[in-house]
Amino acid sequence: MKAFAYARPSTTDEAIATFSSSSGAKFLGGGTNLIDLMKMGVEQPSTLIDITRLPLATIEEHAGGIRIGAMVRNSTVAEHPLVRDRYPVLSQAILAGASPQLRNMATIGGNLMQRTRCSYFYDPTYAHCNKRLPGSGCDAIDGYNRMHAILGASDQCIATNPGDMAVALMALDARIQVLGPQGPRSRLAGDFFRLPGDTPNIDTNLRPGELITAVDLPPIDWATGGHYLKVRDRNSYAFALISVAAVVGLDSNGSIRRAQLALGGVAHMPWRVPDAERVLIGQTPGDGAFRDVAEALLKGAKPYAHNRFKVELVRRSIARALEAASTRA
Amino acid sequence: MPSAIGEPLDRVDGRAKVTGGAVYSAENNLPGMTYAVMVTSTIAKGRVASIDSAAARRAPGIIAVLTHESKLKLAKSPDDISPDSAADRRLQLLQNDRVLYAGQPVAVVVAETLEAAQEGARLAQVRYGPETPSVSVDASLAGAFIPERLSGAGDPGRSSRGDVQAGMSQASTRLEQVYTTPFQVHNPMEPHATVAVWDGPDGLTLYDATQGIFGARKRVAGLLGLAVENVRVLSPYVGGGFGSKGPTWSHVLLCAMAAREVRRPVKLVLARPQMFGPIGCRSETRQSIAIGAKPDGTLTALKNDVVTHTSSFDDFVEPASTPTRKLYSVPNNSTTQRVVRSDIGTPSYMRAPGEAPGTFALEVAMDELAYALTMDPLALRLKNYAEQDEDGQKPWSAKSLRECYRMGAERFGWAKRSPEPGSMRDGHTLIGWGLGTAMYPARRSPASARARLNRDGSIQVEAGTQEIGGGTYTTMTQIAADGIGVEPSRVIFRLGDTQFPPTPVSGGSMTTASTGSAVYLAARALRDTIIQRAVVDRNSLLYGAKPAQIAFENGRLSRSDRPGQMETIQHFAAGLGEPYIEAIVNAAPGQEKEEFSPMSFGAQFAEVRVDADLGQVFVSRMVGAFGAGRIINAKTARSNFMGGMVWGVSFALYEHAVYDERLGRIVNNNLAEYHVPVNADIGDIDVIWVDEADHHVDPIGAKGIGEIGITGSAAAVANAVFHATGKRVRDLPITLDKLL
Ligand SMILES: Cc1cc2nc3c(=O)[nH]c(=O)nc-3n(C[C@H](O)[C@H](O)[C@H](O)COP(=O)(O)OP(=O)(O)OC[C@H]3O[C@@H](n4cnc5c(N)ncnc54)[C@H](O)[C@@H]3O)c2cc1C
Ligand code: SF4
Repeated sequence: MKAFAYARPSTTDEAIATFSSSSGAKFLGGGTNLIDLMKMGVEQPSTLIDITRLPLATIEEHAGGIRIGAMVRNSTVAEHPLVRDRYPVLSQAILAGASPQLRNMATIGGNLMQRTRCSYFYDPTYAHCNKRLPGSGCDAIDGYNRMHAILGASDQCIATNPGDMAVALMALDARIQVLGPQGPRSRLAGDFFRLPGDTPNIDTNLRPGELITAVDLPPIDWATGGHYLKVRDRNSYAFALISVAAVVGLDSNGSIRRAQLALGGVAHMPWRVPDAERVLIGQTPGDGAFRDVAEALLKGAKPYAHNRFKVELVRRSIARALEAASTRA
Repeated sequence: MPSAIGEPLDRVDGRAKVTGGAVYSAENNLPGMTYAVMVTSTIAKGRVASIDSAAARRAPGIIAVLTHESKLKLAKSPDDISPDSAADRRLQLLQNDRVLYAGQPVAVVVAETLEAAQEGARLAQVRYGPETPSVSVDASLAGAFIPERLSGAGDPGRSSRGDVQAGMSQASTRLEQVYTTPFQVHNPMEPHATVAVWDGPDGLTLYDATQGIFGARKRVAGLLGLAVENVRVLSPYVGGGFGSKGPTWSHVLLCAMAAREVRRPVKLVLARPQMFGPIGCRSETRQSIAIGAKPDGTLTALKNDVVTHTSSFDDFVEPASTPTRKLYSVPNNSTTQRVVRSDIGTPSYMRAPGEAPGTFALEVAMDELAYALTMDPLALRLKNYAEQDEDGQKPWSAKSLRECYRMGAERFGWAKRSPEPGSMRDGHTLIGWGLGTAMYPARRSPASARARLNRDGSIQVEAGTQEIGGGTYTTMTQIAADGIGVEPSRVIFRLGDTQFPPTPVSGGSMTTASTGSAVYLAARALRDTIIQRAVVDRNSLLYGAKPAQIAFENGRLSRSDRPGQMETIQHFAAGLGEPYIEAIVNAAPGQEKEEFSPMSFGAQFAEVRVDADLGQVFVSRMVGAFGAGRIINAKTARSNFMGGMVWGVSFALYEHAVYDERLGRIVNNNLAEYHVPVNADIGDIDVIWVDEADHHVDPIGAKGIGEIGITGSAAAVANAVFHATGKRVRDLPITLDKLL
């Protein structure tokens, strides 16, 4: 591992200033992804700015919803009564990720920023990875791509965002609060993540030097009808092949009044198509409606040699998740 | 007579292990220690064009960068392997610029700290002249060859009895299918690790995570030109090996060579990704099975043509055809094994080499046949029960398979199975029950042991052997205690040091039969010595008795003809004139193998719950019933069988070292991506065994249990998946996409 400097600011302003004054700095949350990548030589920060002591570790009611500080540990969020009661899909999504030990370390900010698990990205001894080495090519497109994207990929990069929590945040229309040298700003989850396009080296729309300070969940009283389905190669401690975060509200006669859903494991970002969700409005929960929304979400799907099964799996997973969410609505 | 053998004694080393008191190889920290990190090749075939080590050498803390240009001296070529050491592998020791597989060591960086060595390894710029690698069976099939001998027991590369073609033509039902199992990597929890310390130019001590200290000593001494007795290998605890720590691989030698260069102790620990390549794997297997049967299920012909990989430079043949040769009674039987050469690290022994993939294919084929005949799969097996080893044409030393089937079926509730696939459903969940037969040969090698009574009354028993997690400290303690006639708590058993009496590798499920027999015989010899001394000792209450009249139990010597006249071993020991008395025994198998076919058997039952839409499989229940000779410790045995069964689940559903065939590299070379089951994947596991008295195998009647658990279990799971879903997956692992 390359030698690096270490700083531990106690205020957010100090953190931002430290970042600005050192080139090649990185914020350090729980370290469960960053330290791994440093050991592999993928990340080589000059300075680690340990932000875990920043006063950003509370969960509180805020503007009718709740605000989760960026330093709150994943397990704390998953077990928090406000989250469990009002946004069960978020709690389930977090608990579906990693392992208890990792969730105890991982922070909300770090979780949002975790990098792809594409094998060719993760090991710098592979020569071709546009995400790691812009312009070098992509070893995954013609290589082993079981875990890779079927939607929204480019001929530059077909990596997926590996996160579970982000999928739930996307479905819930969460807002990411950030603080940068130019002051605070916020973005909806849908604008925070991005597709690879011609610049797959850029994971998100967070600008260099910006610090995630909090995640705001909007006031949606019907989010109790939520379900997170994660389909994976073993029952725990595996990244999603496909995941679905579904929130469904029913009207008094049992038809779907509101529905929001996002997919994980299919694209460079949690995949959401608000137009597709409209297909569900007014429908009785059931296979017909579920199939229609799946087709709308899958429009333009392009699988690769080892992930062809994902297309059909998406259809089935959406049906299962919507069925479960509707039962709870 | 109270017997320690068979008791569920807690592990005598349990406390040390869970409190960190047990020191594993990588935990040895010596004064002046330096740290070595291997630079491994990122191409699978070609040459090292150049290594620019200037930047690495300049980095802080670097002591040496060793490459093929360093011209490190060896006493003989690392390709020079003796035919009598089947486990010896050809090694890559920086002797030339050839790259033979991805992950091959091409340089070693030695530094003052581990971190410095890692950074040095990263900075070493290796340029390659790559050639196109081949790692697929199909690409190399044209050059496949039939080896004379298979690895393991050294069985022939082909076998035949009767006339398979004629047998097939007598059949009313015929089945021909191809079954494939993928590359698998052992992945013991403890990475391979060596600490090397030279004592002058002629003496070397290695703290090595090995399953075979004596094999390691011989290989290292041979290559470095040292007298065997000047090399000491210590390995008191091994964190699992599963075969991967049987052979002595390149890193062991490289560590010793580095230590010789830098003239300081060197520690070399493999990083997890480095465990995918240079230390063996289980070859992919392709098994083409043909079976013919009469309407009542009687087999008329059975055939298995197997293809496996070996490396381009060494020979290892996964003996997957052997179950087809022996498991069933069938007059017409033939098998062949073909091998392709691939640009991979040499495959090697991995828990139940041969039998694990071999029973998968055979037992799935039998399941398919049962459906084709509309016969109960268990009834089909009983119909073709082999009363003797028809391949070896010998009686079994003992066989309790019928009893295993019966006990297992009863415990599992097999009779309640509804035969139709997909007929057992619970909401979205399809339930299936499957069966597979387990088998593994009982082996024994020469071994020796020493038992010593000290003047303070303590008993010290020593044998070289290794503790790889199976419970050797504990079982040997029990065997020694029974052999002498004392409580296990009085015995201190020591192992893992080449200064102790020689023993074989901890592999092939033979530790108990081999080392256990030696320990038992040494203990008996010590007991006899004590008795003989006591009856001639004028100060002893036993003076004048005939040795045959002395009973020795629970640490007491007593006269059977005069109850009440007895002496404690404590008292006897205190009277010793010398500091200790001891017995050393060299034990070896006799002619029993010529007369009998020693084999363990078992029956495995599995229940799976499969998500009907999403294809996710959960093994909710397993029952394994085994007939494997005398069980020495009910607790460690249960764990060992269970570990094997869990691996069967892993074999069926998860494990797969995925090659990027363009590059010849394993892409999932870490434990996040190379899946083995986690707790959430394993349901209820029930282990039972038959009290089998096998009088032919060895003095203690033990056949060994380390490997049989993984045999038959993958087939049981795969057959259960078929029963649940109606989908027959013949290509492992059964991932959910294959069930959509
Ligand atoms: C074996 C394994 C299995 C896993 N399985 C799963 C899984 O199934 N599902 C899943 O979702 N995840 C999984 N994970 C990933 C895990 O969720 C992430 O590693 C974790 O959430 C990252 O959080 P952290 O606080 O440790 O981030 P760090 O490692 O500290 O940081 C990650 C990145 O975020 C940046 N960062 C951190 N905090 C901030 C901030 N406040 N503002 C701006 N940038 C910031 C860092 O600079 C770094 O680039 C797994 C991880 C491992 C190691
Ligand atoms: S998919 Fe993206 S991350 Fe993976 S190799 Fe290609 S460019 Fe790199």
